[in-house]
Amino acid sequence: MKKLIIYSLVFFVIVGILLTGCGKKTEERNIKIGVILPLTGQLSTFGQSVRKGVELALEEVNREGGVLGKKVELIIEDDESKTDTAQTVVTKLLTKDRVPLIIGEVISSITLAVAPLCQRYKVPLITPSATNADVTRTGDYIFRTCFIDDFQGSALARFAIESLKAKRAGILKDVKSDYSIGLASAFAKTFKEMGGEVVNEQAYAAGDTDFRTQLTSIKASNPDIIFIPGYYNEVGLIIRQARELSIKANLLGGDGWDSPRVLEIAGASAEGTYYGTHFSPLEKSPQVQEFVSVFKQKYNEEPDALAALGYDTLKLVCSAIKRAGTTEGQKVRDELAQTKNFAGVTGEITIDENRNARKPLVILKIEKGKPTYFISIKP
Amino acid sequence: MSLFFQQLINGLAWGGIYALIAIGYTMVYGIMQLINFAHGDVFMAGAFAGYVIAQLLPDKSSLPSVILVFLSAMLFSTFLGILIERLGYRSLWKKNAPRLSLLIVAVAISLLLENVGLMIFGAAPRSFPSIIPSRSFSLGSISFTNIQVIVILSSLVLMVALQLIVMRTKMGRAMRAVAEDSEMSALLGIPRERILSFTFALGSALAGVAGVMVAIYTPQINPLMGILPGLKAFVSAVLGGIGSIPGAMLGGFVLGEAETLVSAYISSSYRDLLAFLILIFVLLFLPSGLLGKGVAEKL
Repeated sequence: MKKLIIYSLVFFVIVGILLTGCGKKTEERNIKIGVILPLTGQLSTFGQSVRKGVELALEEVNREGGVLGKKVELIIEDDESKTDTAQTVVTKLLTKDRVPLIIGEVISSITLAVAPLCQRYKVPLITPSATNADVTRTGDYIFRTCFIDDFQGSALARFAIESLKAKRAGILKDVKSDYSIGLASAFAKTFKEMGGEVVNEQAYAAGDTDFRTQLTSIKASNPDIIFIPGYYNEVGLIIRQARELSIKANLLGGDGWDSPRVLEIAGASAEGTYYGTHFSPLEKSPQVQEFVSVFKQKYNEEPDALAALGYDTLKLVCSAIKRAGTTEGQKVRDELAQTKNFAGVTGEITIDENRNARKPLVILKIEKGKPTYFISIKP
Repeated sequence: MSLFFQQLINGLAWGGIYALIAIGYTMVYGIMQLINFAHGDVFMAGAFAGYVIAQLLPDKSSLPSVILVFLSAMLFSTFLGILIERLGYRSLWKKNAPRLSLLIVAVAISLLLENVGLMIFGAAPRSFPSIIPSRSFSLGSISFTNIQVIVILSSLVLMVALQLIVMRTKMGRAMRAVAEDSEMSALLGIPRERILSFTFALGSALAGVAGVMVAIYTPQINPLMGILPGLKAFVSAVLGGIGSIPGAMLGGFVLGEAETLVSAYISSSYRDLLAFLILIFVLLFLPSGLLGKGVAEKL
């Protein structure tokens, strides 16, 4: 009998705790913004960079009094560079944390996988760096603060022909990545239109470590430029192996190269290669220089493009919430779509009717073991 | 034509690596009829052992430190191989447990090693220090690197050494006896357990060397790097005739070249597909492989 009483007491106490837990509904004191990034795994340096930029911008926003009189708070989730994990954590952000807005993901494949979820819940998703054109076609709640692959690929082709005087291009793309395929086709289209010839197109799959076979085939068709629209891990190995096979052609890539890992892996082989990206810390404008010096103070390193994009994205999002005067999804979405000439550190950002950002592409050249500013290509 | 030879050289290096791993599969299969799926991860562990030692050495590219890196990778993977055999397989084997139980243990150990690797080193790939600075050579229009030459030559040397151990030493003779008839050899006083340990040690040492070779060749390592090469080495072993050591060597080189030629002349997207097509084809039409003896299953 005694036992029964004790058990029923315990039972009621537990039920009581659960019920009060459910019933409690406090006024939200902070504005919570969801952030989803690859903080570990294959793309971890991208995720870490964006996080640094976002957190720096957060500090500045909160120091200036936050947004709508409230402090802004980030809920940062790691997707381990995996599509399925990303879907799980985004679902968590949407249903458990009920964030009004999500920043992320870094790469196109994963963003494409989570965008339909955000669209269904009518929560704006703003990616700082997914450049594949299809990302924002998912629906009217999906935005980006970077340029798209079509622009990037064709600007790179223009650069190859006009500045590097290239006539014969080889392409080595990653067939597992929407980003790489999109960039390769945009590059090839413009390159051909401007009188160049794509002499050899080869493919690999993300995670490969040996590219000698493909490079040997490309070398045999004697190109004067090889376009490698991949991500840094493979790109570093490709550059290294290309130079080992004594390939003399210029090597050119997109913003997937923008990580210190490329130089770490490729070493001296990377000398003289070019890539396009969103931002260079060497640009002279006062806004960029101030950002670079604050960033250096906080993290003791130079910001890369992804850090700058992360920084711009949070600032842009906060300004949209301010203008909307609420965190309600529909109104924030409308204000995001209205963004015009937003002065970011990655250039002036205008959101166009397809919810893509219009902004310049920066070409960097690797010289003496460091990426240096080479030229800017306007949209 | 020079393009063709260039591709052959590219394929030869991977062929040698597949062959070294395949030998471990085939030897263990010969003795206990087990596909040791943890073998690919022993290969990974060897690469990481070499990585850790290379990080500790002050002068990474001197000859003694290169030798030290290889030796420590061999020692570590040998130790790991023996440990796996002792803790994972031996008691089951002695009890004549069904082969399926052994196979399940093998898969479990493989997952265990991968996840321990992920715990310690994380999922992000790491650059292997360039303990052998790469240099390119040209022979006419064919270019190759010193690392390719080292990989190909040392895998050949190791295979010859292994063949000598198996054919000329007492231990080797005992191994062959156990492989031929395990119970009879036990009756004749051959210590089966010791032979089994020895077999695991030999196979794992070769896998460890292969691990460091891949690490230097590509040069990148991660805790899941053993899965695909492991599976492909298994395909090589089946292709050459599982249980046959020369078969595993031949299978490794054939697969390495076939993969390279497929990605050179058809499409690199089909490279990984090819290995498994070969596996299906061999199992259907040539179950005893290229060099295997067509022994009927004992009932």
